[in-house]
Amino acid sequence: MPRRNDIKKILVIGSGPIVIGQACEFDYSGSQAVKVLEEDGFEVVLINSNPATIMTDPGLASRTYIEPITVEFLEKIIEAERPDALLPTLGGQTGLNCAIDCAEAGVLEKYGVELIGADLGAIEKGENRKLFAEAMERIGLEIARHGYAYSLADAQQLVIELGYPVVVRPSFTMGGAGGGIAYNAEELREIVTGGIDLSPISEVLIEESVIGWKEFEMEVMRDRNDNAVIVCGIENFDPMGVHTGDSITVAPIQTLTDRQYQRMRDASIAILREIGVETGGSNVQFAVNPADGRMIVIEMNPRVSRSSALASKATGFPIAKIAAKLAVGYTLDEIDNDITKKTPACFEPSIDYVVVKVPRWAFEKFKGTDETLTTRMKSVGEVMAIGRTFNEALGKALRSLEDGRAGLGCDGKDIFTDESNFTEKLTIPNQERIYYVAEALRRGMTAGRVHELTRIDPWFVDRLVEIVACQQSLSGRALEDLSAAELFAAKRQGLSDVQIATLTGATEHQVRARRKDLGVTPHFRMVDTCAGEFAATTAYYYKCYESGDEHVPATKSRAVILGAGPNRIGQGIEFDYCCVHAAYALHDADFETVMVNCNPETVSTDYDTSDRLYFEPLTYEDVSDILEVEDPAGVLVTFGGQTPLKLARPLEDDGWPMLGTRPEAIDLAEDRQRFSAVLDELEVAYPPAGSATSVEEAREIARRLGFPLMVRPSYVLGGRGMVIAYDEAYLESHLAEAARITPDHPVLLDHFLEQAIEVDCDVVCDGTDTYIGGIMEHIEEAGIHSGDSACCIPYFTLSETTVGEMREIARRLALRLGVVGLMNIQFAVKESTIYVLEVNPRASRTIPFVSKATGVQLAKIAARVMAGEKLADLGLPPDDRRLERYCVKEAVMPFNRFPGADSVLGPEMKSTGEVMGAAPDFPRAYAKGQLAINYELPTSGTVFLSVCDRDKRAVVGLALSLRNLGFDIVATQGTAQVLEAAGIPSEVVMKKYEGRPNVIDRITNGEIALIINTPFGQETRSDGYHIRAAAIRHRITNVTALSAAMPLVQAIAARKEGNFDVCALQDFEVAHG
Amino acid sequence: MPKEGIMTYPALDQAPWPDTRPARLALADGLVFEGWACGAEGEAAGEVCFNTAMTGYQEILTDPSYRGQIVTLTVPQIGNYGITATDNESRGCFCSGLVVRQMCAAPSNFAAESSVPDWLREQGVVAISGVDTRLLVTHIREQGATMAVISTDASINTAELVARAQAAAPLTGRDLVCEVAYGTPYQVTTDASKPYRVVAIDAGIKFNILRNLSALGCEVRVLPPTATAADIRALDPDGLFLSNGPGDPEPVGYLYRTVAELIGELPIFGICLGHQMLSLAVGAKTYKLKYGHHGGNHPVKNLLTGAVEITAQNHGFCVDFDSIGDKMGSGTVLSSDDKTVPDPILSAPIVTSAKHGRVQLTHLNLNDMTVEGIRLLDKQAFSVQYHPEAGPGPSDAHYLFKDFLALMAARRPASGPFTDADTPAALKESEVAYAAA
Repeated sequence: MPRRNDIKKILVIGSGPIVIGQACEFDYSGSQAVKVLEEDGFEVVLINSNPATIMTDPGLASRTYIEPITVEFLEKIIEAERPDALLPTLGGQTGLNCAIDCAEAGVLEKYGVELIGADLGAIEKGENRKLFAEAMERIGLEIARHGYAYSLADAQQLVIELGYPVVVRPSFTMGGAGGGIAYNAEELREIVTGGIDLSPISEVLIEESVIGWKEFEMEVMRDRNDNAVIVCGIENFDPMGVHTGDSITVAPIQTLTDRQYQRMRDASIAILREIGVETGGSNVQFAVNPADGRMIVIEMNPRVSRSSALASKATGFPIAKIAAKLAVGYTLDEIDNDITKKTPACFEPSIDYVVVKVPRWAFEKFKGTDETLTTRMKSVGEVMAIGRTFNEALGKALRSLEDGRAGLGCDGKDIFTDESNFTEKLTIPNQERIYYVAEALRRGMTAGRVHELTRIDPWFVDRLVEIVACQQSLSGRALEDLSAAELFAAKRQGLSDVQIATLTGATEHQVRARRKDLGVTPHFRMVDTCAGEFAATTAYYYKCYESGDEHVPATKSRAVILGAGPNRIGQGIEFDYCCVHAAYALHDADFETVMVNCNPETVSTDYDTSDRLYFEPLTYEDVSDILEVEDPAGVLVTFGGQTPLKLARPLEDDGWPMLGTRPEAIDLAEDRQRFSAVLDELEVAYPPAGSATSVEEAREIARRLGFPLMVRPSYVLGGRGMVIAYDEAYLESHLAEAARITPDHPVLLDHFLEQAIEVDCDVVCDGTDTYIGGIMEHIEEAGIHSGDSACCIPYFTLSETTVGEMREIARRLALRLGVVGLMNIQFAVKESTIYVLEVNPRASRTIPFVSKATGVQLAKIAARVMAGEKLADLGLPPDDRRLERYCVKEAVMPFNRFPGADSVLGPEMKSTGEVMGAAPDFPRAYAKGQLAINYELPTSGTVFLSVCDRDKRAVVGLALSLRNLGFDIVATQGTAQVLEAAGIPSEVVMKKYEGRPNVIDRITNGEIALIINTPFGQETRSDGYHIRAAAIRHRITNVTALSAAMPLVQAIAARKEGNFDVCALQDFEVAHG
Repeated sequence: MPKEGIMTYPALDQAPWPDTRPARLALADGLVFEGWACGAEGEAAGEVCFNTAMTGYQEILTDPSYRGQIVTLTVPQIGNYGITATDNESRGCFCSGLVVRQMCAAPSNFAAESSVPDWLREQGVVAISGVDTRLLVTHIREQGATMAVISTDASINTAELVARAQAAAPLTGRDLVCEVAYGTPYQVTTDASKPYRVVAIDAGIKFNILRNLSALGCEVRVLPPTATAADIRALDPDGLFLSNGPGDPEPVGYLYRTVAELIGELPIFGICLGHQMLSLAVGAKTYKLKYGHHGGNHPVKNLLTGAVEITAQNHGFCVDFDSIGDKMGSGTVLSSDDKTVPDPILSAPIVTSAKHGRVQLTHLNLNDMTVEGIRLLDKQAFSVQYHPEAGPGPSDAHYLFKDFLALMAARRPASGPFTDADTPAALKESEVAYAAA
């Protein structure tokens, strides 16, 4: 069946901000789909609140709306655009839920919009566990024994039948939020109560535990002719009990016989048919009892997913792209296989390598939270690696994680802190488990015992045994005694040069040199979808230590772009966005673009994005191997955040040409002492600072500068390890930890500017001219990490004089540092003095936001400048023009995933993503940002106010505004006194430790609509902590900085007035470059 | 790769087990891979081919159609789930040898009864691991299928091994069917109370075919390929099934001539070599493919319904549809350059066979546009080149067995069990045990 010509305009919903469980894989899927639909002549209208995405680039869809993903805004867009169809399966659970809400609200019917690529009935059958269970019964498939609970009593009753442990899954939550495994009555109470709260329909599923069973996933596609293919089968290394997003996963399936596999295949296709997924991709999850092969269906997702992105990268079969084509009428046999160009897409990829995905966690950011891995996803990113064997792929994946490790241990980083609980580290899934398993094997634990303790399949354990045996065969030997065969063996077991160096007491460079002398060098192979059966034309490569290079010689100069690696807090989609833009721009500048990255969720690792793709770790070793093959004209290290930046110096030392800003300039900006000299030379103010290499030195500097102090380790991203110290005791207790993070680098101490306005500025410099890309005024005051604070373009309180001065400082700094490309400056303004807090001569997190807000594609411009073009020749709009719309960027926090961790904002970044709100004025723009995250703003009810002494004066105005908006106020004693003095009525409520009923009770009872509670200093586990925890538990807006409270009140006022418009990026009244 | 001279690749892994012996794979064109013996000791010669299926090594190794071939598996890690007797596709291994990237000796699967290396030794199959299979596969893809030798005898020099590979008899022109077919008739029962009685000609039949027929209510009498038309008529079956089998179909004249005699007398269904037998019987020519089809992921379009099936494939020879006779009707010519698949039914091409009337192309391989199935429009017979019985591979095309049943039902009601159940009991039991599994 060919393309549908009755559809002209298609509305696509994105997935909104990056959150745990819903990350940039949906930007990859969405971008692919939008691109392919536009290429096919459809007019795509896109809604996504996340400005850091490629899919929201104004050039991709015909009409791009960065608006909250809610029925209200979707209806406004539908009313304005009148699309023929809505494609809801590309935006994760967010997109799907919004589409369902829209349909149920009658919006689609009202405007005659057809839902394509999904069927409401099918979605409901797939997601409603009851309907799903019935459907599975009809087709003779088993699911886990289970029942539903709407109260704790229901749950307790069910457990009598099922027995402990039981799995608790709240209905309709994302990424398993609120779920867990209950081993006892106490845990049951906790999880069920929380789960019922979180479930939009107050329902939880209680099911028999299949913990320890083998877990599998199938990625299936089906077209309207009922053709169905399995794109990829995935086997989980971690058995059932760990969310698949938190599991190490492997493709293809390793331990099923053909008969067992085909049964799963048939079941997967039967499920799609029964559920009614007429076109598109779905993910089906199975558990298999290792003792007898009993197979049960866990769940299915009738949409593209994190796993489908992984499957696409693992096989070269672009699921989202094909799902989009199927949605508009094509059948699988009418679509070409992109990779071979000769065979159709209606086939099942065969792969002759092994793919391993390893999750990346960020528990270090959320102290106090439970780090056990459960059915509730906690990882913030993932890496994928390709090797010829599982062993090789695992090693590559582990060294891709950007967590300082260089493989499965023996990398000089083996610290087993939990000696006393060593066994527990094996039995209870945790982020370090695989290292503990390897160590257990090293210490002589048998593979059988490891399997008993971990339930990891014996096949996987045996592979770890092989890796460990290889490590032990090298341990303690001299590098020069190792033969070529032994080095080859080590490489094929996935060992990195760093590991070999550690084992042999050599350096990484010595290992590399020795390998080369002995001819132990890698070859590059193609990901070709067909295990070599047909010749492929797409330059998608992985490295292995076998023979026969399939690398095709290039015809043009190569520009190598080093990507950003796994998503983690502080380094997310924004850097991938920059890398993708660089690939586009450098391709247009007639380079053959070469992308290196290991993050399967991203657009950069789509083989369509650059001319050549290397799916490889971003380590010195792996990148050097690629550079030696590509011999590039330039390497771009400044777009992928900290990951490639740390390679800049060693790669340049090896003689590789860097594009744009030289590593020297990066060092100059990073070295506080040298940088202070530069600022002095330019007569620019900065907070008095000092650099300490010892505690004594730090104490001395503190005495000189005075408290409060901003304490930071050097060379970090996302403010890792940064704190504000208000006194000497805290400073000292913190230093031990900070020093541990980067032992080679000193700790920096700045005088902390309290209550200063922070301003971010992104510039492009070509060595002659400087273009001020954007000046962002932060909402929260300095001291809260810029990644966690909201900001606005254009600025809304700064004076023209101040801004003019900043622009001048930015220009002088860029030229002085020798920046060619991007540079980000953070300013603080206090009492009309402008301080420079930090300068980073590289792509910053705000580049995509600025580009969306101003319409000037900064990353692309920077890439062109780095390739030698001049700003003057690029025809850019004046950089001081006044913008018509206010654009607010707001950070999205993951605290609901980390119960126990404190949610107060500080100098260490904790947000996972961002949204943008745009409106003709600031309050409405800010309101949209809030709506994009929380879907609604509190507009009536009771506000709880409790502020620290510092904020007591300012709270009066705030309280007055709230009263005027019709809110009642409850306040703690101190704050209430201030309000009383000002004549503002309020009710006094007790703090947690003052007695009961207290504020926590009021929150728990749902009596509080909004919380404004500002903390002071290093209070931990204080009253404020409990209030914040309760707020997160009950999903109540909680503001912890007064600077954010005023804009919120303005936003609430605007919300009460209504009058929110929608505006496509294409209609922003500036030229889009 | 040098056409002349020898190019040797060292083994990729170190010895996987303490007592592992080295082995070598030598291709006739001088490409030599060193590796490790992971099966029986000795020497094996055959045409080296590759299979891209990601599961099902046991079914592949026990498929009699691999007679005369050294099978290279593209999945790198083999043996992970061991061997399960009930997954055998025949009474043993018929392939000449096995080439893998890595072999697992300690399987992990509840169903595993033995490890692959142990089983290969039992079966006497020479196998080599530690080979860069990807390199070998791309070499075969570019150069075409070639003869090769695997040897575990370290005393033979490499040049001699290459010479032995060069001396090995190629598949073309050889009758391998007689080497794999079971010499005596046997019977497969069914639970059906009034079964269809089916004669299956064993040219190397896979058990999964028998399992499928049995499950659908057919009692199957399996006869050797040399059975005559008179033998078959004597049993008065409701239908005739032509099995898969190894090698070049053209030398198997005794079988396709029997088929030619029986066309029109009773419903006929052929799979793989059986398809080639039916095609040859209606006057087709066959030809050798460059490197064959071996795998579990080939898309085949059913031209009658428009549906695409993901199929299991295992054949090195192929039917030339146009050679059957003159084109008629509005059939569209299809070539590998023109991938436009015609509209179903009306444009599935039809040719006229001199003796058997109209023959229609029913199935087409979408990867290379080769013939995957035909049917006779004036007689009750159809066949497919691929493997609807799966084992290994997807079961998308299971409907073909039902089509066969429908064809038999259209002719006459099920006749009930064969009446002359004179099959030796011992044989019957052992074979049936496999078939019913």
